[in-house]
Amino acid sequence: MRSVSIIGVGCTKFGERWDVSLRDMIAEAGVMAIGDAEITGEQIDALYVGNMSAGRFIEQEHIGALIADCAGLSRLHIPSTRVEAACASGGLALRQAVLAVASGYSDIVIAAGVEKMTDVSTGTAADALASAADREWECFFGATFPALYAMMAKLHMRRYGTTKEQMAQVAVKNHHHACMNPIAQYHMEITTDDVFKSPMVADPLHVLDCSPISDGAAALVLAPTEMARRFSEEPIKIVGSAQASDTLALHDRRDLTTLDATVHAGRSAFTQAGIEPRHVDVAEVHDCFTIGEILAIEDLGFVEKGQGGKATEDGMTALGSSLPINTSGGLKACGHPVGATGIKQAYEIVLQLRGKAGKRQVDEAEVGLAHNVGGSGGTALVHIFTR
Amino acid sequence: MTNQAPRFWRSIPQRYNLSGTHCTCCNEYFFPPRNLCPNCRRGAHLEDYTFKGTGSVITYTTIYTATEDFERLTPYNLAIIQLDEGPKITGQIVSSSAGVKIGMRVRPVFRILGKEGDKGIIYYGTKFAPLLEPSCSTE
Repeated sequence: MRSVSIIGVGCTKFGERWDVSLRDMIAEAGVMAIGDAEITGEQIDALYVGNMSAGRFIEQEHIGALIADCAGLSRLHIPSTRVEAACASGGLALRQAVLAVASGYSDIVIAAGVEKMTDVSTGTAADALASAADREWECFFGATFPALYAMMAKLHMRRYGTTKEQMAQVAVKNHHHACMNPIAQYHMEITTDDVFKSPMVADPLHVLDCSPISDGAAALVLAPTEMARRFSEEPIKIVGSAQASDTLALHDRRDLTTLDATVHAGRSAFTQAGIEPRHVDVAEVHDCFTIGEILAIEDLGFVEKGQGGKATEDGMTALGSSLPINTSGGLKACGHPVGATGIKQAYEIVLQLRGKAGKRQVDEAEVGLAHNVGGSGGTALVHIFTR
Repeated sequence: MTNQAPRFWRSIPQRYNLSGTHCTCCNEYFFPPRNLCPNCRRGAHLEDYTFKGTGSVITYTTIYTATEDFERLTPYNLAIIQLDEGPKITGQIVSSSAGVKIGMRVRPVFRILGKEGDKGIIYYGTKFAPLLEPSCSTE
C-alpha cells in the first residue's frame, strides 16, 4: 500500500445558501481544491463524492456523474462515484479515495462531499435525516434523530453524572470557535443560558444542543506521498484511515453510551498511524448533538469513559488548551450539510497543519484527527493526518 | 412515513404481538425476528417466539419536536426498553413525562401509532405503559 497525501483543499461557505444550488456549490469547492493543488483536469484519475440524500433533498440521484459534469470534466470521462453512509458519507468518500490511491490503481483522486438541504421544508429535511436511523423499528414508533441522541445523553447523565451545563458548554465552545471561521454558518457567541432558553427538542437536548440544517460542499485532492511535493509545498499526509460499522438501530447496541464503531475505527486508525491519542494536537469530531462530542472524545480515547463532560467543563477541549476539539465550530456551529461534513473536517485539519487557520490556529499543530459518524453510530470513520 | 400498505401489513405480527425469534443454539432472543443469528450464523436454529412484552426502561426521552407524522402527539415519551427475555426495543411510553424513570417496569398496550391522512391506513402497534406490580402484572 502506498502512502497518501492531500495536495489541495476547497470548501464553500456553509449555511442557508438560498442563492446557490448543489451544482454551484460542488463546482465552487472542486475548483478551489483543484486550483489549490495546481493540477489540471487531465491529471485526475477518479472522483468520489459523499452525498447522503440528494434524492430526498433535491430529487436528484446519480450524483457521481453530475459532479463530474458540473466540474467541467464530462469530456474527460473520468470515473466518478457517489458514496453514502448517512452523515458519514463525506468521511467515506475520503476513505474510498485513500484506498484508490494507496492501492496504486489511481494517482490523482478527488474526494468531495456535498449536501443541499434547504430546498425542502424543515419537516421534510428532518424526515430525510431520520432515514439514517432504523425506519421500521425506530422511526415507525416515533423516534427522531435528536431523540436517539437524547436517550444516549439521559443514560450518560445517569451513569456518569454528566450535566446539562456540561453539554451546553460544548455548544458555547463550538460557537466561539465558529466566530473565527469565515466559512462557518454561525458567527454568533452564545451562553449556556441561551442553550437552556432555546426550545426543547428532545429532553435533555435543546435546539442549541443540535447541529443545524445546512447547505455546503467541500473537496480534497489526494496523491501518492511520493508525488505530492511536485504539486504542493505543504502536502499533508494521511497516516491512518479506518472505518467500522455497528447495528443500524441504537437499541441493538452493546452499550448505549458508547459508539463501538468509533472505538473500533479509532483503534484501527491509531494502530495504522503508530501513535496514541495523546499525540493528537487538534481534532474535528462528530458533534451532531452536544452529547455526540462528549461521547466522541471518550470513545476515541482522549479521556476516560464518563469523563467527557468533566473535560469539557474544565476547558480541555477549547482553543488554547491541551486538545482543541472542533476548531472549525464543528457540526454544531460551522454547520452540517451532511454529505460535506466529513470532507470539511479534513479541510479544517489540513488548514491547521499547514498553519493557515487564521485566528483559530492551534500552535504548532503537527497531528490532526477527523471523526465522522453515520446515523446514531451505525458507521464511523477516523482519519489521522500529519505534516 | 411509509405510503405502502404491503410494507405495513407484512410486519403486522411483530407490531401487534411482539413476535420475534429465539435461537435454541445460543439461547438468545431477537426482536424483530432475525433470519440470521449473529452469534451462530449458519449454525443457528431459529424458532418463532412471542414475547411477554414486559420489560424495563433502559433510557428515555420526551420528544417536543417531531416529524410531521408524529406532530399531533407532542410531547410524547420514547424509550429503549429491555424485554424480560433480553432484547431491547424502541417504543413510546404512555404516561406523563414525569411518570417515566430509568429502571421502571412496563407492560405492552395496543394503540394507534399513526394514520395516513383522513382516508388512508391506520397503523396499529405496541406502546408501553407503567406496570403497576403486583396487582396489574397479570394483564
